[in-house]
Amino acid sequence: MAVAQAKPDATEDRLAVLTLPEGGWSESARADALARVRAMGLPKRRDEYWKYTRPDTLVQPIAPVAASFVNDEVLMFDVVDRLKVVFVDGVFDPVASDDLSMEGVTIERLAEFGGADIHWARDIYGALETRGQDPVLRPLAALNTAFATDGLLINVHGTPSRPICLVYHHGDESSDAILHHVVKVDSGAEVTLLETGPAAARFNKCMELEIADGGTLHHVRTQGRDHERRAATHIFARLGTESVFKTFTLTVNGVLTRNEVVVELTGDDAVAHVAGACVGDGDFHHDDTVFITHDAVNCESRQVFKKVLRNGATGVFQGKILVKDGAQKTDGYQISQSLLLDDDSQFLAKPELEIYADDVACSHGSTSGAIDEEALFYLRSRGVPAGEATDLLTLAFLAEAVEEIENEALAADIVDRLSGWLNRRR
Amino acid sequence: MLEIKNLHVELEEEGKQILKGVDLTVEAGKVHAIMGPNGSGKSTLSYVLSGRDGYEVTDGKATLDGEGLLDMEPEERAAAGLFLAFQYPVEIPGVGNMTFLRTALNAQRKARGEEEMSAADFLKMVRAKAKDLKIDADMLKRPVNVGFSGGEKKRNEILQMAMLEPKMCILDETDSGLDVDAMKLVAQGVNALRDEGRGFLVITHYQRLLDHIKPDVVHIMANGRIVKTGGPELALEVENNGYADILAEVA
Ligand SMILES: Nc1ncnc2c1ncn2[C@@H]1O[C@H](COP(=O)(O)OP(=O)(O)OP(=O)(O)O)[C@@H](O)[C@H]1O
Ligand SMILES: [Mg+2]
Repeated sequence: MAVAQAKPDATEDRLAVLTLPEGGWSESARADALARVRAMGLPKRRDEYWKYTRPDTLVQPIAPVAASFVNDEVLMFDVVDRLKVVFVDGVFDPVASDDLSMEGVTIERLAEFGGADIHWARDIYGALETRGQDPVLRPLAALNTAFATDGLLINVHGTPSRPICLVYHHGDESSDAILHHVVKVDSGAEVTLLETGPAAARFNKCMELEIADGGTLHHVRTQGRDHERRAATHIFARLGTESVFKTFTLTVNGVLTRNEVVVELTGDDAVAHVAGACVGDGDFHHDDTVFITHDAVNCESRQVFKKVLRNGATGVFQGKILVKDGAQKTDGYQISQSLLLDDDSQFLAKPELEIYADDVACSHGSTSGAIDEEALFYLRSRGVPAGEATDLLTLAFLAEAVEEIENEALAADIVDRLSGWLNRRR
Repeated sequence: MLEIKNLHVELEEEGKQILKGVDLTVEAGKVHAIMGPNGSGKSTLSYVLSGRDGYEVTDGKATLDGEGLLDMEPEERAAAGLFLAFQYPVEIPGVGNMTFLRTALNAQRKARGEEEMSAADFLKMVRAKAKDLKIDADMLKRPVNVGFSGGEKKRNEILQMAMLEPKMCILDETDSGLDVDAMKLVAQGVNALRDEGRGFLVITHYQRLLDHIKPDVVHIMANGRIVKTGGPELALEVENNGYADILAEVA
């Protein structure tokens, strides 16, 4: 009996320290979301979907303390001309942010526009998240919809000349941020969305992406260099006919990260690529949980995840491709690989395929391996010192994931960060 | 230049003895060839000299210009001027051939306290040397040895040798897998590097390579030892009669 009661109590304990924003167009969506959270309860250790990742610190009422990392290097994505929007511990920073106006897009803040009764985002806010609750529950996303304090509402109607870059600074060691973004890419429109930074001691972020027919969204994010921060993030993307969604995440450090990506291919000929590279040393637990649903003809999806783990770091991959009845000519690819730099680290993978159509090509693979000793010797025999040779081989291992980024300058910046991380650990 | 004395080597894991007292000296400016039956220990010798894991030296020594090789890391041996063209070159997916060459070249220079080569000079040099070996630009861009044919891999070894300009070059069956024209290219590559300050140890099964790379000295290795040493005529004898006579004679 005591165990059965633990769930609602933990959920109510969490809810007790949060305040539901009132008024405006999002009010009913938030109320619905709160009801969903109460009905499903927040994740607990015994949940099948949380088998490899302990949710307790993501659920507990107060965020565990996390020192912020003083970053002395050039800010990520400084190599590209971008429209910058800055949040500090989850709070919008108007001084550090650029003017939000740009041709081809309207950018508004969730916190400011919560007052208007009618808003385009109303049809999406909480709606894609709700769809994403079936067949697997994602209570932290519902919690986010209910309690998000801010976020961006981005409607892309043209082709903005610059990427939109969200910069998440973390200063306060006990900050607990909840942000919710809605992005609507209109038919034929195209945008690049960048995100960078640890955001807070604990960060719950939800992003709902509606990509209309022929729309394109490129998304590249990095999650900062803080060691102690925790993050639970969700991306819910719904893709129309001939639309394209490509997302890549770089994670270095971070004591706990759970990145969920839920993609629904609802229009024919749509393309979704979900990729990630992570490197962890020591107290590092990184979980990529992906669910891609093919519900239209001739769509392509790719999942490419690479993890480099050392000194007892843990990597998790749960990836599923669901091909619905009638989703013929589906091309689904999934690969998750880990490079274990010692015997203490571990990689836990659960790749899944569920297919209800007969004319599909789906493949998935998962591997765990060490540095190739033959290759290492070959490099050393040519004069490359052991440390440098190991780094070369490690970057080579990560390359397949990084290559998923189309923009070469961004990809080069990512490789630089990875090299830097490896270099610091020689 | 390269001096090997009474070298005894066991396999670390099995304790099996492979080299049973190898004595061999390669002088600067000379080309020595080693021939010998399969499994006699030729590749093992080349691996032990270049520092591969898995072998235990139980006796003897090896020096390069008087410096003990066997206690050095593989990269230190390379920086000291030792180069091994592998019998089976390794494929390294994800590492570009150019990146690899440049990293190796500059790492060696750095280890020797020399200045790194600029990107422009490097490009010029690699293009010229690749052209001599008929290695096209596309091959240079591809990951190291990945998808290369057997012969292309061997030519790539010689390209690395030409770029790194080592003092002491060991070639382990670089001729195997090469067509007649490629063999000539490789031999030209080697001959272009021949000079007073450089030594070569060429491991081969066939006289054909030695028609192009004329050796000064030929050694026969059998059962972990050098059992006979002679001039170029020794290779011809092997070509004509096999090893039976030689082995019977030294037994
Ligand atoms: N790692 C190993 N494990 C087991 N046996 C080994 C290993 N390395 C070498 N040997 C054995 O040592 C002996 C010498 O091998 P090596 O490769 O040096 O011969 P080789 O003279 O180069 O032969 P080949 O002409 O066929 O290339 C062989 O009997 C071989 O099977
Ligand atoms: Mg051999």
